[in-house]
Amino acid sequence: MAFGAFGGAAPAADQQQVAQRKSPIALWLLLPGLLYLILFFVTPLFSLVITSFQEPVPGGFLGEYQNAFNPSNYVDVVSTYLPHIMRSFVYASLATVFALLLGYPVAYVIGVKLRPYPLVQSLALVILIAPFFISFLLRTIAWKQIFADEGVVVGLLKSMQIIPADAYLTGTPFSVVFGLTYMFLPFMALPIYTTLEKLDLRYVEAGSDLYESPFTVFRTVTFPLSLPGVVSGTLLTFIPATGDYINASRDFLGSTDTAMMGNVIEANFLVLQNFPAAAALSLILMMSILVLVSVYVKRSGTDDLL
Amino acid sequence: MAGESSARQFAESGADLALVNVTKRFPGFTAIDDLSLTIPAGSFFALLGPSGCGKTTTLRLVAGLEEPTEGRIMIGGKDLTDTKAYQRPVNTVFQSYALFPHMSVLDNVMFGLRRRKIADAAEKAKEALDLVELGHVSTRKPAQLSGGQQQRVALARALVNRPALLLLDEPLGALDLKLRRQMQLEIKDIQSEVGLTFLHVTHDQEEAMTMADTVAVMNQGKIEQMGPPEELYESPKTAFVATFLGQSNLFGGEVTSSTKDVISVAVAGKELRVPVDRAVAHRGKVTVGVRPEKVSLHQAEPTTDSNRCVIGPGRVLDASFTGVSTQYLVDVPGFGDVTVFAQNTSHGEHAVEGDEVFLSWSVEHAFGLADVPPAEDRFLNDTSTGAMAVQEREKIEQELEGA
Repeated sequence: MAFGAFGGAAPAADQQQVAQRKSPIALWLLLPGLLYLILFFVTPLFSLVITSFQEPVPGGFLGEYQNAFNPSNYVDVVSTYLPHIMRSFVYASLATVFALLLGYPVAYVIGVKLRPYPLVQSLALVILIAPFFISFLLRTIAWKQIFADEGVVVGLLKSMQIIPADAYLTGTPFSVVFGLTYMFLPFMALPIYTTLEKLDLRYVEAGSDLYESPFTVFRTVTFPLSLPGVVSGTLLTFIPATGDYINASRDFLGSTDTAMMGNVIEANFLVLQNFPAAAALSLILMMSILVLVSVYVKRSGTDDLL
Repeated sequence: MAGESSARQFAESGADLALVNVTKRFPGFTAIDDLSLTIPAGSFFALLGPSGCGKTTTLRLVAGLEEPTEGRIMIGGKDLTDTKAYQRPVNTVFQSYALFPHMSVLDNVMFGLRRRKIADAAEKAKEALDLVELGHVSTRKPAQLSGGQQQRVALARALVNRPALLLLDEPLGALDLKLRRQMQLEIKDIQSEVGLTFLHVTHDQEEAMTMADTVAVMNQGKIEQMGPPEELYESPKTAFVATFLGQSNLFGGEVTSSTKDVISVAVAGKELRVPVDRAVAHRGKVTVGVRPEKVSLHQAEPTTDSNRCVIGPGRVLDASFTGVSTQYLVDVPGFGDVTVFAQNTSHGEHAVEGDEVFLSWSVEHAFGLADVPPAEDRFLNDTSTGAMAVQEREKIEQELEGA
């Protein structure tokens, strides 16, 4: 920015004029993307908003609704599903924290410690991404098998008497948070890796040259400089984890006691056919994530680092 | 923890540094080969050499950022070889400055003070910034400063800790000529003001000679010669020093006779005399050297003078006017191309390209070396596989650090 002040202003203005002259082409190029967004994103969003205010047709069949302005839908879903809403955010937060605790060291080792060995570094990255080559449904089912009552993990823990004989893992909050953490770990680790991989190690050397112990250098230099990666990693984990309905579903790692907002929305849309409730819940989920994320990005103060 | 407690103190004065038989080997090559060196407390010491000669590695060893393969490193009489970088009473001004981009200038300067819980760190940091005349930018981020200002912040950040030993790793490399000259004088002033020991690493011979009390010329992991700048320049001991520190005309020949004052060397049928005390070797094959500015140009053969050596006639190949002086390249049969710097003090005779001229110099300005001059062009040496390996290694290291 500082350098832009010197002499750069005039050419920039020229470029702007050029860009404006060429703008019809740019518009044409943008058109397919814009149309796609309008058709498949903006329209459904409006439809969702309209649906969320609908009311049942008097004397109609199940699943028959008419347009209305019925804000009580929102009050109803919040009072009915408050535990699920809270659970969604608690599980997603826990999964985000665990993914950060697990993902940061992995990203640090790959991005910093393995730098002298480019081949090993690439291999480690491939291993990190490898799970994506298998459908996440299959992977989640695999975890269900591993955590099953007759499975090896529960069996081993029981035989070592770490957990009581009647204990189980599937369907518990533990297995749901575990599944969420597992699923989003690469989304956490990869952005952190990208920033750490670019970290100038001379800052670390300068830190130790100025009497700071390795831990303090990490806390005061390395971590702050990797904050952009941490912020995008936590967002990429927290946002989809909040809306996730696979891990918490009864068919996978969860039970009725662990149902999250995604499960409730699914049930209302597909089973109960209570479309206004499902739409209202979806919008509540969307708005709360939007608010939380804006506060988070603002607080973390990474604007000038990004 | 002894190292740490000493690092917590402000140094009252500089400490001396001693490297004892230090060797540093990297896989595939030796960066430093059995180097022993003592730098007295309070001195400004420059380590001068071409890139890849091991000078930056030496600095990193002293800072504790690399571990020596063999040998000991003593600072202020204490063996700190196995002490970690953050426990050494040493600070470095890095070539790249390495200012923390996420901190303000003031926080950067305070960084080393806070850890040691120095009272009124902010006050001291402000003083250090005032010393480098940057008190007014303390709240800015490093990216908002110019290169020269960043360099001064880096200097303040190291100086504020009053380290017993301050290491400067080519800190002026990125500055333009005028700013570099200015900073050289400023650093020199600061050093004499605070009285700390400075170890300065550079490949710029002019910078080393302007700033340092003692200069060590380093080549291929070894120190070729060490001494005050004038001594290195006026009586180099090796062909490398003679050609790296300024320019030299070097002539290989055989010693024919010697008295107690001068030795005579036969070069292409002429007798060149060298004072005995300015000659490294007194018999056999030697090299006679003379600095270009010590050589005079004559249009006609000068009268014989027992105090001067005369060669010629030769033909002027090139005459280039550079302002304060004119540089001539004269081809003298048997002697090769001889460079002459003539001060532009008179309006008198000026040779032009193609002129036939004689060259002479005072015997006392000649020096004698034991080794033969390095291959004609200094850069020819760099194509040896060893030098290429060193360069390749440096490139990879820089890439790794810069990535």
